[in-house]
Amino acid sequence: MLWQLFISFLKIGCFTFGGGYAMIPLIEREVIDRKAWIARADFLDLLTLAQSAPGPISLNTAVFVGYKIRGLAGAVASLAGVVIPSFVIILVVAIFFADVRNNAVVDAAFKAMRPAVVALIVAPIVGLARGMHAWLIALAAAVALLVWGTGLSPIYLLIAGAAAGLAWSAWIVRKEGK
Amino acid sequence: MIYLQLFISYLKIGFFGFGGGYAMLSLIQNEVVGQRGWLTASEFADIVAISQITPGPIAINSATYIGYEIAGVWGSVVATIAVCLPALTVMLMITKFFLALKDNTYVKGVVSGMKPVVVGMICSAALMLMFPADKADANFIDTWSWVFFLAVLYGAYRKINPILLIVLSALGGIVVYWLPAAMATL
Repeated sequence: MLWQLFISFLKIGCFTFGGGYAMIPLIEREVIDRKAWIARADFLDLLTLAQSAPGPISLNTAVFVGYKIRGLAGAVASLAGVVIPSFVIILVVAIFFADVRNNAVVDAAFKAMRPAVVALIVAPIVGLARGMHAWLIALAAAVALLVWGTGLSPIYLLIAGAAAGLAWSAWIVRKEGK
Repeated sequence: MIYLQLFISYLKIGFFGFGGGYAMLSLIQNEVVGQRGWLTASEFADIVAISQITPGPIAINSATYIGYEIAGVWGSVVATIAVCLPALTVMLMITKFFLALKDNTYVKGVVSGMKPVVVGMICSAALMLMFPADKADANFIDTWSWVFFLAVLYGAYRKINPILLIVLSALGGIVVYWLPAAMATL
């Protein structure tokens, strides 16, 4: 069973191009349709949690499914499975990239890929901001300027945001309690 | 002690990596480019590009790559394990208290309080790559840079596969930056 978990997540790890959301259909097919390890309703709850927890969604999902099936050993087996493909591929790239980095063709390709990467980061921002209140957007803008302009670690701002959210919900609970 | 520094940096990145890959970029960049100075802004952009066209989350990819650059194969092992540990421990706790946490008002409050910060972090990652502190380190070098930027932005908006967009811009870069010089030497 541990071996099966490892192999399933190894497969998932090999094909998770383009971030966490792209792999969700892959996990669904492997873990729900093929292996029937967890129920579809549990999977949806899992997604909400995996998104709110720190760390990449793919790792969080692997830990959750592995733990449900075989406890701690299962969690470690599926985590190893999902991590190993990207670890091996990037290690190979890192070892050889130093040699080709100064190649004129590679250099030309990377000159264009850098602004392309920035565009991929900018693209989802509009969608994320759409559902937000105007003053929350202003807050997000302030965070962006602070981190970019002063080099302040975003960790402090995350903690502040979490604390503010906690205080807000405590206030709501008290108000509704009265 | 370089292994310890790598371990601590990536443990931090793993533990505070809320909001998915692009938000984590801000964290990774702040730690690796800003605080530690292990990479320049354009080297960082290169890793993000490589990460887009290889499988796996950017957190893992950057840990493996930077670990190797800084301290060889063992460096990449240390950094990769460090970035996985928080996901493992935090998710195990969450899985244990799954039902209690699911509809908890306070958990929802914390998550919604972090949301504007996460959006701001994504913006700051973009800003830092567009306007790095060190001008010599620019990712936008000429008008073509803006052409590629706008073309990919439009492609992403039209939901074209990001891997395809990166590969197309690499080809575009070869045509624009390499071909004229190669033709001239013929």
